[in-house]
Amino acid sequence: MLVGATSHSPTGSRGFMERGFLLLVVLMFLEGTVFPLGAASSPDINNYTFPKKAFPVLSLDYGHIQMPFEISLWVLLASLMKLGFHLIPRLSGIVPESCLLIVVGLLVGGLIKLAGEEVPPVLDSKLFFLCLLPPIILDAGYFLPIRPFMENIGTILMFAVIGTLWNAFFVGGLLFAVCQIEGTHLSQVELLPCLLFGSIISAVDPVAVLAVFEEIHINELLHILVFGESLLNDAVTVVLYHLFEEYSGAGEVTLMDAFLGVICFLIVSLGGVAVGAIYGILAAFTSRFTSHTRVIEPLFVFVYSYMAYLSAEMFHLSGIMALIACGAVTRPYVEANISHKSHTTIKYFLKMWSSVSETLIFIFLGVATVAGPHAWNWTFVSVTVILCLVSRVIGVVGLTFIINKFRIVKLTTKDQFIVAYGGLRGAIAFSLGYLLDKDHFPMRTMFLTAIITEIFFTVFVQGMTIKPLVDLLAVKKKQEAKRSINEEIHTQFLDHLLTGIEDICGHYGHHHWKDKLNRFNKKYIKKCLIAGERYKEPQLIAFYHKMEFKQAIELVESGGGVKMPAAMPLQVSMQNIQPKKQPPMAADRALPQFTKNREEEIRKILRSNLQKTRQRLRSYNRHTLVADPYEDGWSEYMLKKQRMIELEKKVSNYLTVPAAPSDSPTMRRARLASDPNAFYTIKAPPGNVPTIQVELASPQSPDSVNLVDEFSKKGGSSQKNTDDRKEEQGRMMKPPSAGKGGKGEEEEEEEEGENKNPGLLRCLSDPGPSNEDEEDEPFLP
Amino acid sequence: MGSTNSTLSKIPNVEELMRETGFSPAHIVRLYDRFESLDKEKTGHLRPEDFGAINRLAMNPIGDRIIGAFFSSGQDTVDFHSFVRILAHFRPAENNRPRDPSLPEPVNSRISKLKFAFQLYDLDKDGKISRAELLQVLRSMMEMQVTEEQLESIADRTIQEADLDRDDAISFEEFRKVPLGDTLTLTQQRVASK
Repeated sequence: MLVGATSHSPTGSRGFMERGFLLLVVLMFLEGTVFPLGAASSPDINNYTFPKKAFPVLSLDYGHIQMPFEISLWVLLASLMKLGFHLIPRLSGIVPESCLLIVVGLLVGGLIKLAGEEVPPVLDSKLFFLCLLPPIILDAGYFLPIRPFMENIGTILMFAVIGTLWNAFFVGGLLFAVCQIEGTHLSQVELLPCLLFGSIISAVDPVAVLAVFEEIHINELLHILVFGESLLNDAVTVVLYHLFEEYSGAGEVTLMDAFLGVICFLIVSLGGVAVGAIYGILAAFTSRFTSHTRVIEPLFVFVYSYMAYLSAEMFHLSGIMALIACGAVTRPYVEANISHKSHTTIKYFLKMWSSVSETLIFIFLGVATVAGPHAWNWTFVSVTVILCLVSRVIGVVGLTFIINKFRIVKLTTKDQFIVAYGGLRGAIAFSLGYLLDKDHFPMRTMFLTAIITEIFFTVFVQGMTIKPLVDLLAVKKKQEAKRSINEEIHTQFLDHLLTGIEDICGHYGHHHWKDKLNRFNKKYIKKCLIAGERYKEPQLIAFYHKMEFKQAIELVESGGGVKMPAAMPLQVSMQNIQPKKQPPMAADRALPQFTKNREEEIRKILRSNLQKTRQRLRSYNRHTLVADPYEDGWSEYMLKKQRMIELEKKVSNYLTVPAAPSDSPTMRRARLASDPNAFYTIKAPPGNVPTIQVELASPQSPDSVNLVDEFSKKGGSSQKNTDDRKEEQGRMMKPPSAGKGGKGEEEEEEEEGENKNPGLLRCLSDPGPSNEDEEDEPFLP
Repeated sequence: MGSTNSTLSKIPNVEELMRETGFSPAHIVRLYDRFESLDKEKTGHLRPEDFGAINRLAMNPIGDRIIGAFFSSGQDTVDFHSFVRILAHFRPAENNRPRDPSLPEPVNSRISKLKFAFQLYDLDKDGKISRAELLQVLRSMMEMQVTEEQLESIADRTIQEADLDRDDAISFEEFRKVPLGDTLTLTQQRVASK
């Protein structure tokens, strides 16, 4: 069997592995057995006869898929590395992931070089800025904790703007001074390139900060300070970079230019935010109408955000700020509009992309280190590193001194240390350096070397030591306290109180403006951007629902309703959870009683039960998110189910209307949905205190587990439906019809179904495939 | 400033007031100006109607409770001293200085602020926030968009979360324990600073 190998001229860069494979193939077969497709090459077809060859059964055409293949290979490498690190437990505890990834990059780069291949310019600025950076920033912006961010915005801006300016000028200026010293062979480096270098290297990098801070779990304030600074300094960096780059050719910067630079800064930052906000509002508005096409909802969020980034970059505005603004603006409205599944999708896609991006960035840093032409100059590099540290420390201390005069919660010395030490540099600096024009900047390679050294220093040395230092200094760690409803209520109450007091004093303070913004938001914006009636829902109610869910899932996890072989021990523990008057809250307090082992046991049992039932699922559908029991989505589905049951029970007190059995899809779905009643009964306790008593075996246990999983399979669409419906009305908590017992509820639901058609639209509008499944399988015997 | 001094001299017992509340002379003057502008009829006292004239306060869900706090001791007028004393609760606290434990709690410490807030909840002044009182607060904050039953569930849950001694009401001690973060310490400085 002849296999023809198409030979093709070696294109620019190839990965090592691909080359090896190709080499193998080519070695095995003769080169030159070119098999042109068609005989079009020869004009004189009559005289030309093809040498007869066998029809190539199998052929290799690497060039055809080269580009995507290499990209996929890199991504795969990155992901495998990420997997690998977590299999080596001790290592990931000591060394932050970013360091390990850089090392891997170094290794890969080294391998490629060994193979004699030219290392691909992977950290090409275009690739970096357009593909690798946006997911990380979007992830950060979408999940930005708005309240702490806004409360500390003054401090953050001070650090970002003034701090970066200080760093840039200090480092650049002193470097120039050092360069002028005789004996360093650096006198050809002029002032402006030095300042340019200073501005590139002075910016704290969000990617690096995220990567390292994620692992040290410091308190929210410090985290948001450093992280916010790293995000907002992009505008400063952009302006300084362009300013110095433009004028390095001209040789001098006048005062006029500096003034224009300031104007430019305002335009860049505010413009970026404006662009982001506009796209964000567009995204929110679009999401209002997506109730019929739930499947593409996440796409809107991603595409609008990416376009915001690109539009901002088009005008040389700050793309990062645009992305943050877009994410932050989009989130509250989009979340009110989209389905639960879409929300999960967005969350997971963002996390996935940003994770892969981050990994790739660090690996590429390593590769680029091996690849790049280096011009090592001891003086330059060491002075850079030292100056960066020094300027950072001075900057932070000085600024904190000023800021503390205006802050109520002052920054202590420890805080200052962490802020200073956490100023990591990263790939953005490298890419900006890479962008420099070789002709204008003959010392580009030296700059790059210095940048890489600085990055390595901060990521390795500072990154590795920050965790032990945090422990040593006993910096306040993030508190794992769950937000309780008390907190929520009291916080709102106090907000109102303070606003009132401010009004009495006749002073337009912080709370006044916040209040005004909220009112404006509620009155106009929400009406436009949120579909249906949901905009009226008070925040507290939404919060309360969320909490109930969380509680319910905890209850389930603590051993509810699954048929278990070892029923006895669980029964005992079950009783632990049910003291008389106690609410679901008891689960909270009872949970710590479970030992780790017991919990593991329970999880194992749950898992095995669920797996059994999952095998019975019929069709796999690309649109259905099959939930894994131990990821968040699953919890949320269970929560909703739980909530429904609770709601049922609460309202059961009010129901007097006799049931009419109905069989519309809604009813059926709801009835099925509510069947987990089979393993929960909620008795209306005295004093209206909701309690949940969990019963173990129920007449329908085998099927009830079915149900549990059916829910996950459908993505909990029924719950989502009823849930949505409830939230839409915002006030009437009608239950779904109950399988047993609550006949009245069915009736209510039916009448409600008639009245609330627009409401139901939202329920019924979850992706079609799920509906289909439901109709097909009557899984109640 | 000359005008400050002249205004200060108009106010009786102003040194004592400053000492008690910790406001600076400039603050006192500013508050005095505000007091006078609220006191349309120049009686030297404020009545509830004067407070009601503040439009924004009328929109505030707990506005009437706040007003009520000024008239707490059963009088129907409040003079400048009481006005300032109550507002003194919201002066920013100086947390960093170690306090002499023998001195009485400064009027603007965190505890005093919490106590003030607590009193706004606890209308019947029995030292506890009962379920009914909580329901009232929730009702006023929710602006009439929720069902009774939802409110009741929330109230129930709130009490159960906070109620450690199981008496179905929240006492001040339990109220204190709620981690309120930085809400209280933020920006009350602005109240007096401008």
